[in-house]
Amino acid sequence: MKIHEYQGKEILRKFGVATPRGIPCFSVDEAVKAAETLGGKVWVVKAQIHAGGRGKGGGVKLAKSLDEVRSHANAILGMQLKTHQTGPEGQKVRRLLIEDGADIKKEYYVAALTDRATQKVAMMASSEGGMDIEEVAHKTPEKIIKVFVDPLVGLTDAQAKELANGIGVPEASQAQAIDTFKKLYTCYMETDASLAEINPLILEGNGNIKALDAKFNFDSNALYRQPEIVAYRDLDEEDADEIEASKFDLAYISLDGNIGCLVNGAGLAMATMDTIKLFGAEPANFLDVGGGATTEKVTEAFKIMLKNTKVKGILVNIFGGIMKCDTIATGVVTAAKETHLSVPLVVRMKGTNEDLGKKILAESGLPIIAADTMAEAATKIVAAVK
Amino acid sequence: MSILINKDTKIITQGITGKTGQFHTEKCIEYANGKNCFVAGVNPKKAGEKIFDVPIYASVKEAKAQTGATVSVIYVPPAGAADAIWEACEADLDLAICITEGIPVRDMLVVRNKMKQKEAKGGKKTLLLGPNCPGLITPDEVKIGIMPGHIHRKGRIGVVSRSGTLTYEAVAQLTEIGLGQSSAVGIGGDPINGLKHIDIMQAFNDDPDTDAVIMIGEIGGPDEADAARWCKDNMKKPIVGFIAGVTAPAGKRMGHAGALISGGADTADAKLAIMEECGFKVTRNPSEMAKLLKAML
Repeated sequence: MKIHEYQGKEILRKFGVATPRGIPCFSVDEAVKAAETLGGKVWVVKAQIHAGGRGKGGGVKLAKSLDEVRSHANAILGMQLKTHQTGPEGQKVRRLLIEDGADIKKEYYVAALTDRATQKVAMMASSEGGMDIEEVAHKTPEKIIKVFVDPLVGLTDAQAKELANGIGVPEASQAQAIDTFKKLYTCYMETDASLAEINPLILEGNGNIKALDAKFNFDSNALYRQPEIVAYRDLDEEDADEIEASKFDLAYISLDGNIGCLVNGAGLAMATMDTIKLFGAEPANFLDVGGGATTEKVTEAFKIMLKNTKVKGILVNIFGGIMKCDTIATGVVTAAKETHLSVPLVVRMKGTNEDLGKKILAESGLPIIAADTMAEAATKIVAAVK
Repeated sequence: MSILINKDTKIITQGITGKTGQFHTEKCIEYANGKNCFVAGVNPKKAGEKIFDVPIYASVKEAKAQTGATVSVIYVPPAGAADAIWEACEADLDLAICITEGIPVRDMLVVRNKMKQKEAKGGKKTLLLGPNCPGLITPDEVKIGIMPGHIHRKGRIGVVSRSGTLTYEAVAQLTEIGLGQSSAVGIGGDPINGLKHIDIMQAFNDDPDTDAVIMIGEIGGPDEADAARWCKDNMKKPIVGFIAGVTAPAGKRMGHAGALISGGADTADAKLAIMEECGFKVTRNPSEMAKLLKAML
């Protein structure tokens, strides 16, 4: 689960990491009032959407007067902000963060994330803050300093110092940097984050260290014990169909193609999508109905797939293990009837009660195309939509 | 022969009294020699009782002491599953198989590091399979986990995969063309897990009753590439490889927490290329895994 920058900064402050003062706003008037409340002469007007790269897309502006705060807020609020992470349609800006302008002397990068290879927490820092870190990793990998933290020990002083030294924090500010790294690590662990990134982490003219941005991602398996994090969820930033699917315990992700697919198991679902591509078309979605699919779940899955008007055909691929093929077949027939299915449907079933399932489909009176293998199913659906 | 488990393995079920645990324990007992293999269950509140004629003990340690079991299978719900893994490890079992899906990553990080710390101090090493996995099976001998037993057939091909249904797909293809399996192993889809592709490939390489292997991977993480490089230098048996997720977009989690492309060498294309370089026969068509393997024998 992702959150907004201003929410991330609230969390960082809770763990003692310094950030600029700021106020989240939902309207232009609120933005001007926030600037007045903050006082000072320079403010930053920042679009709050879940995607990164907001500055380049025109979603972050410096204001040197209240009038400028008003005009920037007016321009940014409601805009379709396009960044490299939003896709070509962009994301509508519904929230702003008005912040004190900062006196930036130097920009660094720091992040905590879980490293699968070492099974430890990787703390990464770089002297090249404010930039796309993947680009830094690609062009100048030596400028990224990494330490691997044993969760039974925590980030040690020596490791934190290695990071601070490695990215060239001046002597006078090292203690603050070390303190910030340790607090970021604690924050990462205690909030069950899967990513906690500060980019840039800045050195101010007066030598202070501050988090100028905050990006978090949280482990969805742990949300049950993080009610404060769950409260930050902003459904406006998520795909409406994916939210609808999650209510029925379906894993759904919409894609760009025109063949809807309904599969049990994430691995088999990806393999089915790949097979569709291999035979000349593109999948319209990823949809895993999971291990315990019922008739109701299958019907909902059909409804969600068919909401996508690009869908010109549907491929159902089920490997019946614990889930029986006849149960799924009944679900498919009910769903096809209930949704008045008008696009071609290919069903491939294998495993437990396979013959019974095929019989139900054949006797349904529906124009369902049967297939024996994934390759045959893909060939048939691709031909049917052409 | 087979890898990790056989008809003589004695197994403890942790979480045997829960709905999932009960359902699958019954199926496992019904399969091949299951009746003699599943010797104990664990539930501190129901110690002394029996379920499917299997005695329930208060702890893994006690279950092991009373039955001589060396392996456990875990169906404990996510919030307590990491503790259940640690209990199996503290009881010095040989292998713990964790089926549970949805364990917080932080809990897995902590328990994996505790397991490594125990080993580093000279303690017994307990292997972990999973979590979030279907388990493993040695056909006609014993099934530990949630896979449908009837699709398997005894034979000499090894299968390893992260995904459950994709493992079944490979197994069913093999069975259909007359090739049986020595063992089929689902290592699970979580980012922090126990046994990896490389460990299972080593075991298949050492198993005199395995002639060839189907290795199935997914997008995300370095595991398949690590295994492929090891195989290049050490594996003496033919391997067919498939990676799911060529069409998966970067940054989107595809069901499994592990199936997420983070950029670079963990895409399906990159992994397929490494596997091919390392001598695997790779395919982009998952329907022909078994057929390709047969052609190599």
